[in-house]
Amino acid sequence: MIEAVGLTKRYGDKTAVYNLSFQVRPGAVTGFLGPNGSGKSTTMRMILGLDNPTAGHVTIGGYPYRMLPNAARQVGALLDAKAVHGGRSARNHLLSLAQLSGIPARRVDEVLGVVGLHEVARRRSKGFSLGMGQRLGIAAALLGDPQVLLFDEPVNGLDPEGILWVRNLMKSLAAEGRTVFVSSHLMSEMALTADHLIVIGRGQLLSDMSVKDFISANSADFARVRTPDTEPRQREKLSAALTGAGARVLPEQDGALRVTGLPLPRVSDIAHEAGVRLWELSPHQASLEEAYMRMTQGVVDYRSTTDQREGFHEPLPPGTQPPVPVPGQGQPGWYAPPPPGQGGPHPAAAPGVPQAPAGPYGAPGASGAVPGAPVAPAANPYARPVPRPGREAAADAPPAVAATAAPAATPAVPAGPAGSDVTKPEDAR
Amino acid sequence: MTAAQVVRSEWTKIRSVASTVWTLSLAVVVTIALGMLISALSANGFDGMDPRQRLSFDPTLTSFAGMSLGQLAMIVFGVLVVSNEYSTGMIRTSLAAVPQRGVFLAGKLGVATALALVVSTATAFAAFFLGQAMLGAHGASLGDDGVLRAVIGGGLYMTLIAVFSMGVATMLRSPMLSLGILMPFFFLVSGILGNVDATRRIGRFLPDQAGSRIMRVVVPLDDDTPYGPWGGLGIMVLWVVAALAGGYLLLKKRDA
Repeated sequence: MIEAVGLTKRYGDKTAVYNLSFQVRPGAVTGFLGPNGSGKSTTMRMILGLDNPTAGHVTIGGYPYRMLPNAARQVGALLDAKAVHGGRSARNHLLSLAQLSGIPARRVDEVLGVVGLHEVARRRSKGFSLGMGQRLGIAAALLGDPQVLLFDEPVNGLDPEGILWVRNLMKSLAAEGRTVFVSSHLMSEMALTADHLIVIGRGQLLSDMSVKDFISANSADFARVRTPDTEPRQREKLSAALTGAGARVLPEQDGALRVTGLPLPRVSDIAHEAGVRLWELSPHQASLEEAYMRMTQGVVDYRSTTDQREGFHEPLPPGTQPPVPVPGQGQPGWYAPPPPGQGGPHPAAAPGVPQAPAGPYGAPGASGAVPGAPVAPAANPYARPVPRPGREAAADAPPAVAATAAPAATPAVPAGPAGSDVTKPEDAR
Repeated sequence: MTAAQVVRSEWTKIRSVASTVWTLSLAVVVTIALGMLISALSANGFDGMDPRQRLSFDPTLTSFAGMSLGQLAMIVFGVLVVSNEYSTGMIRTSLAAVPQRGVFLAGKLGVATALALVVSTATAFAAFFLGQAMLGAHGASLGDDGVLRAVIGGGLYMTLIAVFSMGVATMLRSPMLSLGILMPFFFLVSGILGNVDATRRIGRFLPDQAGSRIMRVVVPLDDDTPYGPWGGLGIMVLWVVAALAGGYLLLKKRDA
């Protein structure tokens, strides 16, 4: 078990990690999520005794790492896949690490086989792809057959087959009762791999809960409703009627409405009673990716802006349409607010969430409607994207995020560990 | 035992990179070849020397003339042994495996020093014998007074240069920074300080000038150096100890 208490790290006047307390338990994969620069790697280095915390402490099995007897046999870590001398062969790299920890050379060939590098074992690691480097790093972490494993971004650069392999490896290591701590900035990946999630932003703890709880707390279903674009008053009328019925209504960028808190048939009924025609009524599920981005949007350190290309543009000839920005370009500055009654059972969402594909909103294919795409821009006064400078323009992106991320995350939820063995992390405690 | 494990691991590391072979063989070849060349030139020019020069002619030191260049390759060897670990990021993996940083550093430098000592001593003997062969009748023999000391000292000198570089590289971590400081220092600065009258008194306490005293068998007539051969080597050892202590303290305190 890894236990951090009040962990703080400052570099000069920059605080990389602040007052971080968490526990990583054996028998489960614990995901460690956060945007770039949020302090994940710093925390990992402090766990391994490489960096000294400014305040607080972190222990493995009750010992600070540097006091841990026979540390290399108890803890294995992948910190940086590129941390290999390029002129050294994969086998010699692992052999030197094995000798450092008193591990027999036979084990080197074993782990080379486990990660699938036995055929290139005697080649210089200089020619390795990023994916091969990751495999070599994972091999190094497995060398001592340790009870505690730390992986910093293990799937970076891996092909889909490799990602699947890492995912299964993590799960099987945890199933053997080991403590597995995996950092990532990809929520979608962690939703599939991890049993427990620790989310940090700007070095501070944002969330520490099981994946199952995270899903029910953060992922809500909603309906997209579009009234005729030609009659803006209908939109206001429907909006008022839905709000009156207890729904939460938010305008979307293209003029549609995002309705949470009412099942789809009810939305249809209310529209009918109000005498409003509908052009669209579609079910959607906010993805975990979106929930995660919403959680971390205030703490992202490196945010991109839209490329202005000032001075590179010919002025547009009169009468030409300005180019339609590609959804997703520029960083999203806005995400759906948390679902009403966060965490609690939601009249519409609750039954649908864990069994997402079967639920009334959950059909993953439904989000393939590409809501953010330019839908008849000429006819739609709301949908016409006016190019604006900087972050405002970025607001075009969220629907696209929902559209692209949802199909990936949604079907996986019931298949994942949270759906099948919900009680497992608790049992392991 | 941890120390034995570190030594085995470091031996694997040092023999599995090409830079080890390149830097060490360059040190050997340059030292011997340049020593032979200068010895041959001296043998030819001996008849043209005035009596004063002939009196202070030191055949042993002449055969070690290649060391001024060969030591640069030793510096590169010493720097790379340590800074490879930092420039690749391997240091984190290593220190995670051996959290006792003192043991790790001692094992690493111990292996590299032992290798440098073997290569340097062999080089010193080879340079001496081949150099004397070039000098012919003007040469010295190993049995002459102080010659064996000078030859063994030559090996120790080259080894200490490498160890000093390891200590500096442990402090500075970056190979470029370490080489950028050490190379000009030993190739230029030390020589300039030693040859300008005003700074000679300070210059002769620099590690290379003090240490190279041990390779001298015939003392120049107007010599006023305040230390003997072993005293000079002792001064160099103090420099090396200081560099190693600085490296150790920084490694122990610093975030890896």
